[in-house]
Amino acid sequence: MSARLPIDPELWSDGPEPHLMGGKMPSGEIVFPMPQGDAARDVEPYKLSRTGRLWSWTSQDFRPKEPYEGPSEGPHDFKSYLVGYVELPGEVIVESLIVGATLEELELGMPMVFTLTPFNNTFDTYAFRPLQAEERQAA
Amino acid sequence: MSEAVYIIGAGIHPFGRTEGRSGREQGVYAVREALKDAGLDWPDIECAYGGSAAAGNADIMVNELGLTSLPFTNVANGCATGGSALASAQQAIASGMYDLALATGFDKHPRGAFNANPADYGLPEWYGQTGMMLTTQFFALKIQRYMQLHGISRETLGRVAEKAFRNGTKTPHAWRRSPIDLETIMNAPMINDPLTKYMFCSPSEGGVALILASEKKMRELGADGVKISKVAIKTRPPDSFEVFQAGVSIKEGGKPTELASKAAFEGAGIGPEDIDVAQLQDTESGAEIMHMAENGFCEHGDQEKWLAEGYTEIGGKLPVNTDGGCIACGEPVGASGLRQVYENVEQLRGRGGERQVPGNPKTAYSHVYGAPGLSGVAILER
Repeated sequence: MSARLPIDPELWSDGPEPHLMGGKMPSGEIVFPMPQGDAARDVEPYKLSRTGRLWSWTSQDFRPKEPYEGPSEGPHDFKSYLVGYVELPGEVIVESLIVGATLEELELGMPMVFTLTPFNNTFDTYAFRPLQAEERQAA
Repeated sequence: MSEAVYIIGAGIHPFGRTEGRSGREQGVYAVREALKDAGLDWPDIECAYGGSAAAGNADIMVNELGLTSLPFTNVANGCATGGSALASAQQAIASGMYDLALATGFDKHPRGAFNANPADYGLPEWYGQTGMMLTTQFFALKIQRYMQLHGISRETLGRVAEKAFRNGTKTPHAWRRSPIDLETIMNAPMINDPLTKYMFCSPSEGGVALILASEKKMRELGADGVKISKVAIKTRPPDSFEVFQAGVSIKEGGKPTELASKAAFEGAGIGPEDIDVAQLQDTESGAEIMHMAENGFCEHGDQEKWLAEGYTEIGGKLPVNTDGGCIACGEPVGASGLRQVYENVEQLRGRGGERQVPGNPKTAYSHVYGAPGLSGVAILER
């Protein structure tokens, strides 16, 4: 385990197989992220599926301004990263960093799986990565 | 029963970068141009609506324009600031309460992409910290999926930008006034795949002012007016996919642009096939493409043919973004939506100069889209 802290302690569940946390509305609709404050009333915390399909994607090729917190210090050490939306079947489409793939490898509808990833020296964050063929058989 | 409303004066401060002149001063410049255009003086104006996103309160303009005691309402509606100012001014006259109203917007943004504060949008801090809260990413994510589903090519994205720069060369108020060829656009550094540097608009500076009048007042003044057929502003319906959304519904919901467009056409009593010139929000190439279909001008996927055949060129069957749009003019948020209306007023009065749409256009359409998911449409008729 890394010594880093979760970027938000309530964003995913504890345990060896963490789940992204969404909310279940009184209507039964699943939302992400879990609402906060008064908006959370009557919303049950809900463990989202760890697997889904790629809904869209892009690259981030310039360093965002604040409130972005790294891992780079400035334009000189900034490395492009991938962002996408993953459709969790029957639940909700979540926005996420995409790791473990190059831009060229990404395809609409490809199977993806939840993972944690180091973000900067202080924090871990969540991401999705392509599900490998052998994992698909195991799943 | 409501009064018909006309735009009888239109003024603009050139978009781009103007060192040493504040955003509000650019707004004041535009108001003076609009007054001159209408043949009016500032004390003639009975009420005013205006705003900016990053250049201060509009009502302070009275310090420069004159302390005439008129009611001046500040509008703060993000990208729809101009559209909301126009709608408010239109309502003020349509209600019969006033005969002359001002709608104005101006802005001055720092260089580089907009940065938003998650709390302002009711979002958790991690969304901004981890680099997912960027408008440019949203546009790329939306067009990437759209291209996959509707067979739009990267070259078509490039053609939209090429047209924008070509139209910008003919437009005195545009910021980018040099042509850029398709190859250069396609090979430029990537910002957010599939969108390159030249496919995006940039935050910029500028000011626009429009003077609205009742029909009675217009006739009394003998002014050259363009009729506002309908202004419609809609916020997002359930289950839509908008900028700054960490979670999107799996149900495919409606779109604010489709709602605003439908309401505007119904109000004006005409359809997309009746429009002679259109200004569609083109924060980047993909937006113009998607907005062509969302506003009802073509079917999803037909844009590939429309761009290849030049249908949206100034001489085409539906000229789109005749002044180069946001891509060539940049986006001063508070002024941008009013720039579109300004351009349509100029086109309908036949004052478009080198960029004039041929054949005396009679109907014009403008559309703006912005965070957190709202659209404004204005239809003008000669």
